[in-house]
Amino acid sequence: MTIETLIAVIPVLPLAGFLFAVLVGPRLDRMPSHGHAEHEAGHADDHGSHSGHGGDGAHGDAGAEGELRPVPSEEEQRATSPHAGHADDLANSNGADGVIPDDMNDGRGQPGHVVEGAPRPRYRSWIVPTGLVAVAWLFSMIVFGNVIFGGHTYHVSVYEWIGSGTFRIQVAFLVDGLTAMLLLVVSTVGLLVHVYSIGYMDGDRGFWRFFAYLNLFMFSMLLLVMGDNFLLLYVGWEAVGLCSYALIGFWYKKPSAAGAAKKAFVVNRVGDFGFGLGIMMIWTLLGTLNFSDVFARITTLSPTAITVISLLLFAGAVGKSAQFPLHVWLPDAMEGPTPVSALIHAATMVNAGVYMVARANPIFSASPTTMWVVASIGVFTAIFAAAIALTQNDIKKVLAYSTVSQLAYMFFALGIGAWVAAIFHLVSHGFFKGLLFMGSGSVIHGANGEQDMRYMGGLRERMPWTYRTMVIGSLALAGIPLFAGFFSKDEILGEAFSRGYYLFWAVGITVAFMTAFYTFRMVFLTFHGSWRGPAEAWHHVHESVPTMVAPLIVLAVPTALAGLVLGIPPEAGAIHRWLAPVFRGAEEAGAGILPGSLAGAGHTFDLLGLGGLLLLIGAGVAVAGIWLAYRWYVLDPEAPARFVAGFPLGLGPGIYAASVNKYYVDDLYNLVWARGGVLLGNALWWFDAKVIDGAVNGAGWLAERVGGALRRSQTGRVENYGLGIAAGLVVVLVAYLVIQR
Amino acid sequence: MGLQSYLIVSAMLFGIGAFGFMARRNAILMLISIELMLNSVNLSLVAFNAYLPSPVNAGAVFALLVMAVAAAEATVGLALVIAIIRTRQTAEVDEYADLKE
Repeated sequence: MTIETLIAVIPVLPLAGFLFAVLVGPRLDRMPSHGHAEHEAGHADDHGSHSGHGGDGAHGDAGAEGELRPVPSEEEQRATSPHAGHADDLANSNGADGVIPDDMNDGRGQPGHVVEGAPRPRYRSWIVPTGLVAVAWLFSMIVFGNVIFGGHTYHVSVYEWIGSGTFRIQVAFLVDGLTAMLLLVVSTVGLLVHVYSIGYMDGDRGFWRFFAYLNLFMFSMLLLVMGDNFLLLYVGWEAVGLCSYALIGFWYKKPSAAGAAKKAFVVNRVGDFGFGLGIMMIWTLLGTLNFSDVFARITTLSPTAITVISLLLFAGAVGKSAQFPLHVWLPDAMEGPTPVSALIHAATMVNAGVYMVARANPIFSASPTTMWVVASIGVFTAIFAAAIALTQNDIKKVLAYSTVSQLAYMFFALGIGAWVAAIFHLVSHGFFKGLLFMGSGSVIHGANGEQDMRYMGGLRERMPWTYRTMVIGSLALAGIPLFAGFFSKDEILGEAFSRGYYLFWAVGITVAFMTAFYTFRMVFLTFHGSWRGPAEAWHHVHESVPTMVAPLIVLAVPTALAGLVLGIPPEAGAIHRWLAPVFRGAEEAGAGILPGSLAGAGHTFDLLGLGGLLLLIGAGVAVAGIWLAYRWYVLDPEAPARFVAGFPLGLGPGIYAASVNKYYVDDLYNLVWARGGVLLGNALWWFDAKVIDGAVNGAGWLAERVGGALRRSQTGRVENYGLGIAAGLVVVLVAYLVIQR
Repeated sequence: MGLQSYLIVSAMLFGIGAFGFMARRNAILMLISIELMLNSVNLSLVAFNAYLPSPVNAGAVFALLVMAVAAAEATVGLALVIAIIRTRQTAEVDEYADLKE
């Protein structure tokens, strides 16, 4: 099999997995039986005891028995029928106590319960989807090796998708260094999240549905990073948005999850509308959507056209990568299951915006205005989101705002023309943030679904592996030397400094300090100290099952080593060599127009000079942040309150409230868009009811009145009609004579 | 005696017919008035035919056509009037004002 064939097959595999999971999956799972409400408190134990069976064959007998039985029991019918919905559940609801049984939990995010004597639950719908993703990962790694180490660039044309006049779109894949780096992150994290989900989603009635969505997402994301034209990119772009919607709202009976899914979809629409317009404009002005043709001819357009196109494209990136002012959906997206947060909302989908800007670097680098916008939004979002993450109490919200902040770092790097540094940070962030999210999922799972860090503490005793891996991830996020995040983040900051963006550098360093602080605030609140939750819940705290811990350990390896492999020596590491061909044009184009870029291009890293000093400052603020977190949250838990009270001018409580409330952006949007939408809707409704309906009713009223007046002439007397005819004749004659004259 | 004399007679006949149609209340008389008007038109048509030569004698042919239509109209009209007289026991059209507003 040639590499070209492999490339063409990679996206097909998860698509096949999706179809399999949808068509066959429901028949492979058997859901837990009815449980009573009093099992609720004990479900964590039940859960732990049966959740490890994924890989072993202990349930093979039970499964075969179930399949051979000619008439499935009512339970099985209900569990295996893809149409088992509310109606069925309600119809059979006289099972438990004559009330609706509380295991109607498909879409409610609660595990089922094991009842003595009932058939044991089993989950097998994960096998084929996960296997196919594993094969896709293997193929991706082969392709990655060939592209990166063999130095090839592959261009695979599968078939012509649209051929309409001059509008010809190929389904074609372009795999160069940039796509290869994305393939590495997407397929690796994707595979690990699949494995992780086997344990995490165990007991959920939507088990097969979850794997179906995950596979559909993998297909879409691979299409997004591999497509060789803007339309294919757009298809993947919208499809990952759809999967994101479906997975955020996976527990669709939970109003908060359904609302968050809707919010994510709507907010993304705002950006995607601009993205779509940008693509249409490219087509209108250049008559092609192929990356290579567009990039070759983009400079023939007027500077204004380039700026408009790139700003429209960037609007899409702002939505998808959750940058200010469209960042509001990402924290809410944490309503979805945690593997989804790890895969889609930390490691892959949210990187799509960064990938797109990097891919379209010839367009962006041709417009200094857009580059300024990108860098400014990046810098602002970085400090804005970090300032919110400082005070969040929900462990996933901390990580969500951290993701927004780190993505903003990438845009900051893209905006100043540090293309490679941005992709470097994308890769390392993909690994360590995926690790942190899966770790937080393990914590939530182990701590009985508790997400509020104020009611955690001391978990390192019970969850040693989660603790160790999360500390590694946190060290990487905080930017402690030798971990991945240190190299990529300091490369961005170093490039900002050497290109002369001193203000941006200063903000970036501040954000680095805040990042270290909130990351270790999370670690100390969660794992150190003593348990602050309900005492009886402490007995149920347990380390997660091996299928959940194993991905954490696997991800800890690149988290610890990726920086050393890719980033040494700083600003000239291996990743620079690999990605140089992709960004060569942009570096040259940017050199002429971006302030300070010439310095950056000709700049060499100097370990004993400025470069080393910047590295030292970066490491220093990270250590300082961790030290502050340690002092405040381990040594002296009263300190944060004292700090807030002692803040100059008495502003402490106000600033704290603003940060906890996300600087009221959500409230503002609620006021402007939601309330404003209602007001506008009411105004339009009034216009419709009064003006439009008024015109329609007015026409009827007029006809009625005219008819009412005219009907008086219907006397029923034939001589009157005769007179009318004669009068008409006279009128015609007179008119004739007048005209004749 | 020229064309004008015929047209004057025709106009007088038409005027008498129109007056009779509007002034009379008897349905039968009103039908007769209509016949009078039709025949005044016929008179002018044949007069025109005689004084304004036409290769196909269009005026005379048209007069014949009007006679045929008048015959049909008289048949249907009289049948209707007789039917309505039988139900209403009167020929006075003032009594037939049921279709007013």
